[in-house]
Amino acid sequence: MVENNRWGNILAHTILIFGVALVVFPVYVAIIASTHPSGTFLRGTIPLLPGGEAWENYKTVMFEGRSRAGTPPISLMLWNSFVMAMAITIGKLSISLLSAFAIVYFRFPFRLFFFWIIFLTLMLPVEVRIVPTFQVVADLGMLNSFAGLSIPLIASATATFLFRQFFMTIPEEMLEASRVDGAGPFKFFKDILLPLSITNIAALFVIMFIYGWNQYLWPLLITTDPNYYTIVMGIQRMVTGGDSEPLWHLVMATVVLAALPPVLVILFMQRLFVKGLTETEK
Amino acid sequence: MQTKKMTFNHRWLPYLLLAPQVIITIIFFIWPASQALYQSLLRQDAFGFRTTFVWFDNFQRLFVDDLYVNSLKVTLIFAVGTTLLSMSVALLFAVMVNKMIRSRDAYTTFLVWPYAVAPAIAGVLWWFIFNPSIGILPYALDMFGINWNHRSNGDQAMLLVIIAAAWKQISYNFLFFLAGLQSVPHSLIEAAAIDGAGRVKRFWTIVFPLLSPITFFLMVVNVVYAMFDTFGVIHATTEGGPAQATNILVYKVYRDGFVGMNLGSSAAQSVILMAIVVVLTVIQFRFIERRVNY
Repeated sequence: MVENNRWGNILAHTILIFGVALVVFPVYVAIIASTHPSGTFLRGTIPLLPGGEAWENYKTVMFEGRSRAGTPPISLMLWNSFVMAMAITIGKLSISLLSAFAIVYFRFPFRLFFFWIIFLTLMLPVEVRIVPTFQVVADLGMLNSFAGLSIPLIASATATFLFRQFFMTIPEEMLEASRVDGAGPFKFFKDILLPLSITNIAALFVIMFIYGWNQYLWPLLITTDPNYYTIVMGIQRMVTGGDSEPLWHLVMATVVLAALPPVLVILFMQRLFVKGLTETEK
Repeated sequence: MQTKKMTFNHRWLPYLLLAPQVIITIIFFIWPASQALYQSLLRQDAFGFRTTFVWFDNFQRLFVDDLYVNSLKVTLIFAVGTTLLSMSVALLFAVMVNKMIRSRDAYTTFLVWPYAVAPAIAGVLWWFIFNPSIGILPYALDMFGINWNHRSNGDQAMLLVIIAAAWKQISYNFLFFLAGLQSVPHSLIEAAAIDGAGRVKRFWTIVFPLLSPITFFLMVVNVVYAMFDTFGVIHATTEGGPAQATNILVYKVYRDGFVGMNLGSSAAQSVILMAIVVVLTVIQFRFIERRVNY
């Protein structure tokens, strides 16, 4: 029996409510700031209560952008981010499923060698080898394109490892039974492996969508054409683009729009998210 | 490495299945990495006309370069600060949430979503709050007689990026600590309670030691995060300044390579960073293997 301390519980709730408030605070301030007219920020401090310009501000960033600073409307950037995130996610999942299938269900020369090549990618984040990777992409003529935005980020050792681990736990009898029934590799993959992996695929999907959406350095380097700007990097252009103080109400409206899609994904798929996170990293 | 006992027999199919991943890996990972290795041994003259092979001179120059040594120091402070701050806050939250029964899920929901916020956005959010002219915190700090200006004060700039980077990482640490706390056997805690150990003593002598594998794992993950994934936090806010005070290694590689066009030096820095990642990854994997085998 552990004692049930009433004051201890109240203290715990207090700490947690304070903590949650602290965690939510920056976003609260951003949302509030995005509802005020530009004049508010000239008067001193950031207001803490909502203003009346929310609709105007969001309409401006969504459809007009800041043409003077050369940034396109946010709706286009949101679309670019979405395409990039989806391309990275689907790409990562498909090539990882295929290579895990090959590694687990086939025996062939140089299997270990290929496994190590894939493993190496784990050790080489883009940030570390940024200049030569940029040169490769430039030489291939992939600057300012969705292919350039997504393909170099597609290779993923983590997803391959996870699928490999998962395939190893599928009972041998599955394969024996389907071989007896005359299923070839393709049929086995499509009708047995894919349906069994669906939860793992969904969990990884959540993690990788967030990874793809939040890419920053890479799009910053390889897009010079504003039509390919993604929203997360676009914010930086807005903050440092002008020579005066940034237009805070518009910047914060953009910040809110940029953070919203991945946050919604986490909130609505919390269970899958936690599963994906704890399994990819452990 | 093991396979299934029964496998498919096919001469070329497995290579075809592996091809997409292996080709992308070779073109965008292994080739650039080997390029970095090669370029780190070269030096271009100021106009890019002549390239000479200089062996390890680029590396030697780095370690006597005050800017690079400073960047190493800054990175160390930044990584340690971010890791300590976000892990201790996350542990506190996890311990408190773990006590709750009905409200556990609600608190968890409120604490996990910052994971989805991009580092660059986290940086901009805190930068806004700390903005010297309109920010809310400098206004509050002013009442205590503290003059906040991260544009001129290097220590304050460092504090700002540490807070922004740690804020985003709290949710990750929180989830792992919570999972760890839930796997602490309840019987142990009850036994200690019967023996008369109070809450604080139970935590430090039973729960915390049992959490140590997770703590160690999170330390490595957080250091990796602080060193390599926080480019956005720096670039969107301080841009390495003021006066190099927040110029962490990853940011310096980018600056020297793309802004300064000093390719040899940038490549040498890349190679050093790769070595650091390799060491950290190996440590992480060692740890995972130990955990699986017990």
